[in-house]
Amino acid sequence: MAEEREPPPLPGVPEPQDAEDLFVSAASAMEDAERSLSPEDISSSSNGPKAEPMLLDHDPDDLFAEATEEVSLDSPERQMILSDGPSPAITPVTINPRADVFDRSPDQDEDEEENRDTFDIQISVSDPEKVGDGMNAYMAYKVTTKTSLSIFSRDEVCVKRRFSDFLGLHSKLASKYMHIGYIVPPAPEKSIVGQRLGRRSSAVTELDPDAKACLCCRYLLRTVKQPALLKDPDVLQFLESSELPRAVSTQALSGAGILRMVNKAADAVNKMTIKMNESDAWFEEKQQQFENLDVQLRKLHASVESLVFHRKELSVNTASFAKSAAMLGNSEDHTALSRALSQLAEVEEKIDQLHQDQACADFYLISELLGDYVRLITAVKGVFDQRMKTWAKCQDAQVMLQRKREAEAKLQHANKPDKLQQAKDEIREWEGKVQQGERDFEQISKNIRREVGRFEKDRVKDFRVVIIKYLESLVHTQQQLIKYWEAFLPEAKAIA
Amino acid sequence: MTSISEDSDKEKVRSVSVDLNNDASLVIDIPDALCERDKVKFTVHTKTTLSSFQKPEFSVPRQHEEFIWLHDTIVETEEYAGLIIPPAPPKPDFEGPREKMHKLGEGESSMTKEEYAKMKQELEAEYLAVFKKTVQVHEVFLQRFSSHPIFRKDRNFQIFLEYDQDLSVRRKNAKEMFGGFFKNMVKSADEVLISGVKEVDEFFEQEKTFLLDYSSKIKDATAKAEKMTRSHKNVADDYNHISGALNSTAADNNTAFKKTISVCVLQKLEDRVASDQELKLTELLRYYTRDIQAAKDLLYRRARALADNENSNKALDKARLKGKDIAQAEENQKQCLQKFDKLSESGKKELTSFKARRVVAFRKNLIEMTELEIKHAKVRRLKSNNTLYGSKLSIFLLCQKSLGY
Repeated sequence: MAEEREPPPLPGVPEPQDAEDLFVSAASAMEDAERSLSPEDISSSSNGPKAEPMLLDHDPDDLFAEATEEVSLDSPERQMILSDGPSPAITPVTINPRADVFDRSPDQDEDEEENRDTFDIQISVSDPEKVGDGMNAYMAYKVTTKTSLSIFSRDEVCVKRRFSDFLGLHSKLASKYMHIGYIVPPAPEKSIVGQRLGRRSSAVTELDPDAKACLCCRYLLRTVKQPALLKDPDVLQFLESSELPRAVSTQALSGAGILRMVNKAADAVNKMTIKMNESDAWFEEKQQQFENLDVQLRKLHASVESLVFHRKELSVNTASFAKSAAMLGNSEDHTALSRALSQLAEVEEKIDQLHQDQACADFYLISELLGDYVRLITAVKGVFDQRMKTWAKCQDAQVMLQRKREAEAKLQHANKPDKLQQAKDEIREWEGKVQQGERDFEQISKNIRREVGRFEKDRVKDFRVVIIKYLESLVHTQQQLIKYWEAFLPEAKAIA
Repeated sequence: MTSISEDSDKEKVRSVSVDLNNDASLVIDIPDALCERDKVKFTVHTKTTLSSFQKPEFSVPRQHEEFIWLHDTIVETEEYAGLIIPPAPPKPDFEGPREKMHKLGEGESSMTKEEYAKMKQELEAEYLAVFKKTVQVHEVFLQRFSSHPIFRKDRNFQIFLEYDQDLSVRRKNAKEMFGGFFKNMVKSADEVLISGVKEVDEFFEQEKTFLLDYSSKIKDATAKAEKMTRSHKNVADDYNHISGALNSTAADNNTAFKKTISVCVLQKLEDRVASDQELKLTELLRYYTRDIQAAKDLLYRRARALADNENSNKALDKARLKGKDIAQAEENQKQCLQKFDKLSESGKKELTSFKARRVVAFRKNLIEMTELEIKHAKVRRLKSNNTLYGSKLSIFLLCQKSLGY
């Protein structure tokens, strides 16, 4: 199959430097796909040559026909973990030995999936170390993947990646999937424009390496959680291969970067001018929901950030008070009181440590999660915009078709046979395009519905997990506080 | 206008100085106070069995300036040079809450109605706390006088308690302000003096070293404690905002969010802890900073008397040498010596009782603060546990539902 197809034109964003990369990875993926197309593989964990069709989704005819068949087998709410997307070579039923479980109850809950989840992949990003020096110094992170999924060649892989590699991965995935309606997790940010302290300063603060490592780790986890992306060759290559071609186009000031910015501006303008007739109330409602959620989450995020800041401040002040109390205890000449004051100083010092830990918990659990979701929602909104663009394209195609038809009619009257043939050809072409556009639109709408459903489930799950962790940390803090103060009480009472 | 008249609260609050008001022959308290704009009008209520007063029970309205007048008058009375003069109460300061109220009013449009109502409630509570504090401080000031065997007989004190007309204490004019400034300069010169003068009495030598060192330490501790409680308040405010934001988010759908709201509500207890800490520890430290200063003042006066004594001795010797004004010099010297001895004697008594008083107050205060911390931490832990249990339970129930049970 690979021989028939030419490498597809890169969709959307023109990124000349990445072109070779994509082709290289596409070619290698196709080879892999060929190799792994054996019946044994099909039944095991449903990973067949999924990669190949996705790259070539612009090829109109056979793929999408099969794809629509494929997708319609699932009801929109069902979440087939490892067998999304067009996989023409595999019949859907055999993919998942657990497929029969799906027939049981229509509403899937995430916990049921969890139970049957052999979604057994653990990723950790650790050990930031500085490589190189001077101008070319960068931070390299160790990415460790432990998995039992068979799409990976080894059980445990450990590679070194630098930050721009993550950005490169994101831009590749975005260019491939955003316009067909998949929610691509947003790229980790190099630095954050912090809205600190009542908007006094929106300073761009460079994240420290550990926070960045966490960010990258969460980014990867989100990416692989999405079944379509997990099978993507770029993702696989990212996680597995020891050498990754430098993603140069992710640098802010590169040609590609500037082009990206121009595109973004153009998109923004287009968004304002496209007035879409929303036929589907679901989409309208969801969009509104996401707008609201966006605003609320941003506000919440800002509050939590200020909480983290103040708690850090509290811990510093408590520490300095502890020192001062210790000095006071020293200079006090009444022995029992002096001892009590020193004890008080010790208690306060322990409490300060406690505050620091709590601040860390606040930050790493809640604040980061909120930040991630704020960015994710931007991605979701982006996907909705893509749908609008697709609709606009479809409309344009229809308009063109209309025009061609009118032109043909005119030519009919004028009776010019040679031009007539050409006109007929054009009409056929544009009819094809209209059909294609409508199919695209349908496809993207379906995808979005599914993605949004999955997103919401994931959101609830994420938040719930985090909240429980946070509550546990709170309980622990209170426990410690009680312990410290109860130890101090007899000292205070012993002052004679 | 706010008024205050709860006794039980004041009982809790009054731990900076203990063992006052035990003597039923003269009982003073401030049961009521009114706050208008900048001025606070205290109602000073006296119950007495002493014959020096005209009535057994009476009340007069007093303002802050009149308290300061009383303090200054007593300081200037020569007779009391050997006593520790209770420190003057600080001026009622509503700047903090007032500024916040102002900011709240400005930001009203940007927040939801519930948030605004909640913040307003909190500010009012803060305002009330400041108010209570200033009443307490003025009350303790008067009670120090009434419980002291010598001060309670002071004529000016009695006028303060009894005279039901306005004392017409006029504000210090420019000259007096300048005079006050000058006095402060002299005081710092005294500080040099006190460390320079050779001390014969070991008791006073020890006290001097101790007080000088302790006063700087306690000032530092007070400042740090204030910073700490301020940060604590900031954290509590943040939880306020967060719970407001969560409220609006949860209006959407999620029970998970609603759970977190209850968590944040419980975190509001942090706020209460902050103000309790403030009232207990910081007030204690603040009060004793001032008291230590008063003790130091006693030492200054004694040191000056000692210097005077030495000078008079020198003058006597010179006069004897020169052979004139001997009687005058002798008289002078005798007076100085008398004054010095009296100061030393009463000073010793005062400083000893001061130490005892201080230790007791610290003890009571620390115990109360610790007990409060424990109580609040236990409540918070209980609430967190409940919320945690509730969240886990809801997940469990959801599991059950999805599995078809």
